[in-house]
Amino acid sequence: MAVIRDMMPAFELFQPTSVDEALDVLERHDNTWVLAGGLDSMDWFKDRIKRPDVVVELGSVSELTGIRASGDGLEIGAMTSLRDVAASEEVRSRFGILAQAAAEVATPQIRNQGTLGGNLIQDTRCWYYRGGWPCYRAGGNICYAGTPRSMNREHAVTGQSRCVAVNGADTAGALVALGAQMMVRNPGGERVYEAEDFFVGPEIDIQRMTVLEPGDLLTHVRIPGDWAGARFYWEKVRDRKSWDWALASVAAAIVESNGMIERARIAVNGVAPTPVRLTDVEDLIQGMPANDDTGMAAGELATRGFKPLRHNDYKVPLARNLVRRAVRGDAA
Amino acid sequence: MSDAEITTETPTGHSRRTFIKGVIATGAVVSSSSHLFRARSLSASAAVRASMPRMISLDVNGVSRSVDVMPQETLAMTLRYKLGLTGTKLGCDRAECGACTVLIDGVSHYACSMLTNAVRDRSVTTIEGLESADGTLHPVQQAVIDEGGFQCAFCAPGFIMSMVALTNENPEPTREETAEALSGNLCRCGDYNKILNSAMRAAEYARRMV
Ligand SMILES: Cc1cc2nc3c(=O)[nH]c(=O)nc-3n(C[C@H](O)[C@H](O)[C@H](O)COP(=O)(O)OP(=O)(O)OC[C@H]3O[C@@H](n4cnc5c(N)ncnc54)[C@H](O)[C@@H]3O)c2cc1C
Ligand code: SF4
Ligand code: FES
Ligand code: FES
Repeated sequence: MAVIRDMMPAFELFQPTSVDEALDVLERHDNTWVLAGGLDSMDWFKDRIKRPDVVVELGSVSELTGIRASGDGLEIGAMTSLRDVAASEEVRSRFGILAQAAAEVATPQIRNQGTLGGNLIQDTRCWYYRGGWPCYRAGGNICYAGTPRSMNREHAVTGQSRCVAVNGADTAGALVALGAQMMVRNPGGERVYEAEDFFVGPEIDIQRMTVLEPGDLLTHVRIPGDWAGARFYWEKVRDRKSWDWALASVAAAIVESNGMIERARIAVNGVAPTPVRLTDVEDLIQGMPANDDTGMAAGELATRGFKPLRHNDYKVPLARNLVRRAVRGDAA
Repeated sequence: MSDAEITTETPTGHSRRTFIKGVIATGAVVSSSSHLFRARSLSASAAVRASMPRMISLDVNGVSRSVDVMPQETLAMTLRYKLGLTGTKLGCDRAECGACTVLIDGVSHYACSMLTNAVRDRSVTTIEGLESADGTLHPVQQAVIDEGGFQCAFCAPGFIMSMVALTNENPEPTREETAEALSGNLCRCGDYNKILNSAMRAAEYARRMV
């Protein structure tokens, strides 16, 4: 795909000031696109791969921005910038892994403009797909990344079906580990999803990354107080220290008493088309001491059944070691 | 619509730029010329049903400027090709280099990756807006000159804007914090040490001023 350095193709732009207004515009038009910070969207537009007729820019919808107390937890508006999530005293002190994950996204400029909602909903970075190749995810009838000669170092080691791309959202794993809920609205009303159910794999729908359908808006992310102050572990491994998605990441919330693990919630991302919650591992380690043996067992179980592609078998020991460190409680 | 409404400052000695601006301003369609014009003619049909006015006012470097903006236009395009503020560079146009960094309400953003319409009610600062009215350079600019911070300097305006954002937010940054704050800017000539030296000196100059 040639790089085209000029204006994006024309679209009609709406800048609603309320969620109701935004939903109304989305309902009245076809081929719409919701624009938050635009950092995931504009490449698509500039490359002429996705061509919406109508763009609904949410920057003026103030009810979607900000971090508020909600019950014993927090509610974060979908349009809150990653910078504000990372800097929030409330998030840092009570749900530290989310702040850490947000602070490691891309670059300062991208975090200043990119939103929590846009980060979660971002499309996969599979470069065949991003480059405009007509693969399954793009509605075609082949996967270019899964053939014996494909370039698939960054692709999935588990959860593959016809598509082997990974979810690249750094904040997604942290929110799964925190047991967050996603609040979605459309003209029919509000739906609430557990974070782990919000993401959709190719076996369910190969052309989507999340449950969102045209006309849906993610309005807020709600983090319950359940894991506030737990021992948290976040680690993202990437090729470059800036400007780079995770090759693999782990997010864990672990509650211990007297050195024994009472309960845990662990997610890995960058290894499958969705963030993966490790429920088997959580069950296994309950009641076990937080030490390296437990960590080893956890890492083994986490990666059992992983099926690497030609160029990404390194992701298996990588994920195993990330889970091991999270469980035994390394200083991050 | 006259040229004068679109741009009040015209860079001297750049006949091609001035020509382009003139064409955009008057809405003429020159199909044989560069890609810019094709995009312009495409949008004409969309403008008919557009939901917002094409003439908007932007607060750039403390001055309110009237400008004709397409719905799909990025801030970098508006600054460079409509307002003549070519200090803001376009390197990648993909949020991958930082050459286009500007400040929006004091916070650094990639101008290539945001819609001009999204900053209508906010204040935009570009490299041209740093020096004071009497011509005194901003401490960051002075530090860059004193340190000989850049080689070809194509990346310099973007780096300088990131340094300004840093000195505003953190008056006493460590070298590590400085590197982190500049990690959204790339230099192809690659002397990051000199760039970091400039930023450290900039923080020092800025502290002395207050
Ligand atoms: C060079 C580069 C490097 C990057 N590195 C990383 C990285 O290291 N880690 C990482 O996690 N991400 C990375 N990203 C992705 C970046 O974080 C996300 O692109 C950014 O957070 C997206 O946020 P946005 O608000 O700009 O999204 P947008 O582009 O505005 O939106 C992204 C998607 O979400 C949809 N959407 C957004 N908000 C809503 C909503 N409220 N309701 C319904 N739909 C919505 C949009 O329609 C679009 O499909 C990188 C991006 C770039 C360009
Ligand atoms: S991995 Fe998925 S996105 Fe990439 S080429 Fe295959 S089908 Fe397309
Ligand atoms: S031109 Fe905007 S980041 Fe490269
Ligand atoms: S000095 Fe040449 S690109 Fe930075």
